[in-house]
Amino acid sequence: MSEIIKIVIDGKEIEATKGQTILQAAVNNGIYIPTLCAFDGIKPKASCRLCTVKVNGRAMTACTTPATEGMEIENNTAGINEIRKAIIEAIFVEGNHFCPSCEKSGNCELQALGYRFMMMVPRFPYSFPQRPIDATNPKLLLDTNRCILCLRCVRGLKDENGKSLFAIKHRGVHAEIVMDHEVCANISDEMAQKAMNTCPVGVIIKKEKGFDEAIGTRKFDKQPIGHEIENKFNQGGN
Amino acid sequence: MNSQLEKIIKKYDSDKFRLMDILIDIQAEFGFISKEATHDVAKELNMAVVDVEQTLTFYHFFTQKSTGKNTVYLNDSAVACMMGREEIKKAFEEAAGCKFGENSADGLIGLYNTACIGMNDQEPAAIINGKVFTKLTPAVAQQIVSGLKAGKNVQDLYHQELGDGKNAAAEVKSMVRNNIRRRGQVILNDFTPGVALKTKLSSMQPKDVIDEVKKSNIRGRGGAGFPTGLKWDFCSRSTGEKRYVLCNADEGEPGTFKDRVLLTERPEMLFEGMAIGGYAVGADQGILYLRYEYKYLETYLEKVLEDARKDNRLGKNIGGVNGFDFDIRIQFGAGAYVCGEETALIESGEGKRGEPRDKPPFPVEKGYLNMPTVINNVETFCAVVKIIENGGNWYKQMGTEESSGTKLLSISGDCAQPGVYEIEWGMTISQMLEMVGASNVQAVQVSGPSGQIIGPKDFDRKICYGDLATGGSMIVVDKTRDMLKDIVLNFMEFFIEESCGSCTTCRIVPKLMKDRLVKILNGKGVMKDIADLEDWAKILPVSRCGLGQTAANPIATSIKNFRELYEAKVQKDVDYDCGFDMNKAVQASCAFVDRVPNAH
Repeated sequence: MSEIIKIVIDGKEIEATKGQTILQAAVNNGIYIPTLCAFDGIKPKASCRLCTVKVNGRAMTACTTPATEGMEIENNTAGINEIRKAIIEAIFVEGNHFCPSCEKSGNCELQALGYRFMMMVPRFPYSFPQRPIDATNPKLLLDTNRCILCLRCVRGLKDENGKSLFAIKHRGVHAEIVMDHEVCANISDEMAQKAMNTCPVGVIIKKEKGFDEAIGTRKFDKQPIGHEIENKFNQGGN
Repeated sequence: MNSQLEKIIKKYDSDKFRLMDILIDIQAEFGFISKEATHDVAKELNMAVVDVEQTLTFYHFFTQKSTGKNTVYLNDSAVACMMGREEIKKAFEEAAGCKFGENSADGLIGLYNTACIGMNDQEPAAIINGKVFTKLTPAVAQQIVSGLKAGKNVQDLYHQELGDGKNAAAEVKSMVRNNIRRRGQVILNDFTPGVALKTKLSSMQPKDVIDEVKKSNIRGRGGAGFPTGLKWDFCSRSTGEKRYVLCNADEGEPGTFKDRVLLTERPEMLFEGMAIGGYAVGADQGILYLRYEYKYLETYLEKVLEDARKDNRLGKNIGGVNGFDFDIRIQFGAGAYVCGEETALIESGEGKRGEPRDKPPFPVEKGYLNMPTVINNVETFCAVVKIIENGGNWYKQMGTEESSGTKLLSISGDCAQPGVYEIEWGMTISQMLEMVGASNVQAVQVSGPSGQIIGPKDFDRKICYGDLATGGSMIVVDKTRDMLKDIVLNFMEFFIEESCGSCTTCRIVPKLMKDRLVKILNGKGVMKDIADLEDWAKILPVSRCGLGQTAANPIATSIKNFRELYEAKVQKDVDYDCGFDMNKAVQASCAFVDRVPNAH
């Protein structure tokens, strides 16, 4: 039997299972903590820093910090949300994000976060970097203009021998995602689809499937990101 | 496969956790790591090629093409520039016939920049074919290049006599000077190897050792200041089939070089401290993670280890204590400041990119190879030896109430006596400046770029944990310097270059801040730019590790303490300036059609 503990998020006491992260506990209780690099089934890395919360006054990432009995957590506060908004803006200006021409528009988590946090004009100047597009693979297109280096693909996509499909090269401002051409050479359709689904933005695109899903019917077209978590209990009248 | 390459991979049993060593050896053997070699390594280690490349491309001293038959790595940190680096750079370029970042046309000379090499007390300095050259002059730079072009051995081109102490030992033969200016009661005092190990431990249980270290109140000397006894206690209580003791000898904070001196003059003490740590927490293996810049000490350190084994200070049943087994291997880094962060260091030691881990879990629970690990600074291990020799109470009498013992300071910049000083905690900055012979002081950079830059109004403050805590880097800046350009900009460029890039805040924001600083330095700044910089600095503390959390400090602390320098540079009569220079942007196209740019 797993041990039940109690934590407090923004003054509300909730139950969590020992061993859960703050993020998992929050999601289970219908509390939205914004994330970008976290993905179900992939070991968290806390790259994006969006899920930063304050635990007993100290900044911690909800996706990696285990919930412990009696934790006092600040999540939805003006101060923390301002930092989150700044991070979203920083990610936008770092790359080349032209939403109207992107296959992922409407399904893109970065775009959806921009809306949710009511980003108008970023406070930072755009960098307009020159980034490569790798279209050599028969099934996958890699457009690094849109890459936010969340490293989901690096962490989550391995072949049957544990070899990586994608990796990060260089460091700092020079860091970039690359595809392993040997490992990806004979990639299955399912794996290609999984790769595309793993990417929160429009970097990894499965070829020959452009705009399969009509604009207007996409995940975030009518509801903001996070609503699926926040509405979890509302439908049952909780 | 190339037989040399095969030999290197075999030497490390095709172990992917030793990828760093394999790549270091390949780089040394072939001068660079070719595509073919990368493929061969991936195949032999059963890894994807990109998995090898992600480690390979992370480190400054791994290169994918040749860096010349002879390679010059010239330090470009702030103090190097203050001591005349620009002239040396020009002399090298002129003599070699190529720019920095390139090889000469004949491939004989490669000129490259590198971050602080731990020689701030004897700049300008460079690492040339693995040997350290200090106190360079333009004439010397030219002689070196002609000598190398003529095929001379790099050691025959030394322009100075061999350094003092062990720098002159047969296994080192380096011109590096120790510059030990003040010996305190603990580390730089007299030392006989083995006293603690052979006369104290036999009557102490591991728990007694931890208690004695706790009693001393010593805190980690790398800068973070975590209580050492508590760390060891946590590690000894963690469960794991094996435990490790790691020493962080990756001192990369610009301006620090005290570990270099300890590694030269007190390696026996360091290794003894690691062994004591092993005894205390129940580890039988130690790893010295040594920055690549100190590779010139490798042969010497290996000999010190060998001597310690012969003298029963390492090996089996150390000091006659039954079952006390401990040995140490040296793990080199390959040029990455972030690896001074303890979890990044562990990742690097496992052959991966030096990206910090998320904490918790802390290394005491899951460290090297996910086993409980104690990781301490060179100076901490050295101090522990004296604590065990003389007792925690003896140690605690020195320093202040909350900052016990002594601290090594690496002091450089504008002062008469740059070097290493062992002081008791509690000294004021004014006293320190008098000690090093500094006058006309504009500012002191306390604790390197990740610390703070302070002015005269703060010179009565004390060097201690409660006030000005420090890992030991102290850079004196006199009034002749253009602080924002010479110091702040250099440090921001350093952080940008050294960020691992795996978390967004540290990867993106320092670059944006640096660009804004450059805008101000170019005379295009407005008052709002200063306010923006202050606001943006507040984003960085949510970064994963200490590097990111402090990466805005050069700008943030200089605005706090020297706001007038910023205000003097911004336009007072303009509210907005996008910073774009139209005339400059169209210069090339105008020249092409024979016009003069005249945009307003």
